[in-house]
Amino acid sequence: MGQKPADMKLRIDWILCDGYSLCSPEAPDVIDLDEWGYPIIRPGVIAAHELKDVKRAVAACPMSALSLVSPDFDKRS
Amino acid sequence: MTFPNDTRRLLAGPSLDGNPERYPAHIARLGALPSSAAPADLVGSLEASGLLGRGGAGFPVGRKWRAIASRDGKSGAVVVANGAEGEPASHKDRVLMTHRPHLVIDGAILAADAVGADEIVFYIGREHEAAVASMKAAMSERKVELGKRAKLVLAPLGYVAGEATAVVNYINSGKGKPMTVPPRVSERGVGKKPTLVQNVESLAYAALIARYGDVWYRSAGRLSSKGTALVTVSGAVKDAGVWEIELGTPFGEVAQEAGATVGRTRAVLMGGYFGTWTSAEDAWTLPLDPAVMKASGLAFGCGLLWLLPTASCGVWATAQIMEYLADASAAQCGPCLFGLRALADATSRLAAGRPALGDLALIERLIPQTAGRGACHHPDGAIQLMASALHVFGDDFAYHARTGACAVTNTPMAVR
Repeated sequence: MGQKPADMKLRIDWILCDGYSLCSPEAPDVIDLDEWGYPIIRPGVIAAHELKDVKRAVAACPMSALSLVSPDFDKRS
Repeated sequence: MTFPNDTRRLLAGPSLDGNPERYPAHIARLGALPSSAAPADLVGSLEASGLLGRGGAGFPVGRKWRAIASRDGKSGAVVVANGAEGEPASHKDRVLMTHRPHLVIDGAILAADAVGADEIVFYIGREHEAAVASMKAAMSERKVELGKRAKLVLAPLGYVAGEATAVVNYINSGKGKPMTVPPRVSERGVGKKPTLVQNVESLAYAALIARYGDVWYRSAGRLSSKGTALVTVSGAVKDAGVWEIELGTPFGEVAQEAGATVGRTRAVLMGGYFGTWTSAEDAWTLPLDPAVMKASGLAFGCGLLWLLPTASCGVWATAQIMEYLADASAAQCGPCLFGLRALADATSRLAAGRPALGDLALIERLIPQTAGRGACHHPDGAIQLMASALHVFGDDFAYHARTGACAVTNTPMAVR
């Protein structure tokens, strides 16, 4: 709420992620892959011009393990 | 080594060689449980005390209770007294539960009253048979007080079974594996209720702070961290065991009391398998103070102090621990399952004198790559241990990698 659309970060549910590697090709500047095919997310928020690619990466995951969340998501109080 | 001049700390009272302290003796020594009429005061007192959780992560106890006590809505909450103690080298929780079970029960009752919980679960590692028996007997001595709200759940074997989301998962579904957060267990835990998962030592201390107050608690502590804490001293010592120390006590004092010498010690593993190695020289003068240690990149963790003798190789010891931690992965998250396995394999090859080309570089690359990429902090803990091993035993790792032999044990190992 109140977030600028681009002021978001990528979250991975690591239990859901099975390393299908379909996310990275959609947004290679933001998502890299390790040697086992699991995503490595570039730290920091997503830039406005990257948002379209990142949304495609989220949609590409067959496990629905990726989501866009606000930067303070999951911070301990 | 028990904090001097104070008969009211955690392990004060009858000798640990004898039987568990039964309820009449507990009351005679410490008085009955203070009225829970003012639980809000206890939370404030815990906050003022500065007591940190003793399960390993060191989260402030008062703040944890406050978060649940001040929740919206009137739904019941659950308190879980966490005595899983899956850390293989740590013994302090099982010793506490075995010998001072009523302190743990006191703390659990106080926590339940303070956070508005209508259920208490004593979650105890099934392998800790003496602790289970003692807690069972103590629970039946407190049957009237506990009523139907308390139950005992035997935790499954395994390192991750004590992790808070795994605790909740096991109680709810019989699966002792971590879960993705959020939701945090403090928001949705056992039976979907807000749940306080608190280590048994932390609960026992809450029972003392409820009786004697935060000023009393803070009267112990030599440096910035206050109070006393249980530590497990083991490895290359004459008298291994669980001790209660004043925080800020230099490690060397504790080691000497346990019959160890700096000359016969190569390094010390502090804080648990998720902890950090320190060279013997650095360890000896190091104050066992969580704040001081954290500032030096070291972990107080669960209070494990494991001494590696001079005759043993740090690469080998680290390989043993990394193998254990890789096997202990719940195998739910790829970077943990594959990353820790690769780290353990490379470390074991180095330790055994048959390194593959680039094993050391692989380890150095996988440490930062694996960090933070799991549902729980299992990979992060393993990586902390691995990074400290490279720091403390860097020369040994390099020698193993270069020669396939060990300079410590002086053995040529490059035989397949």
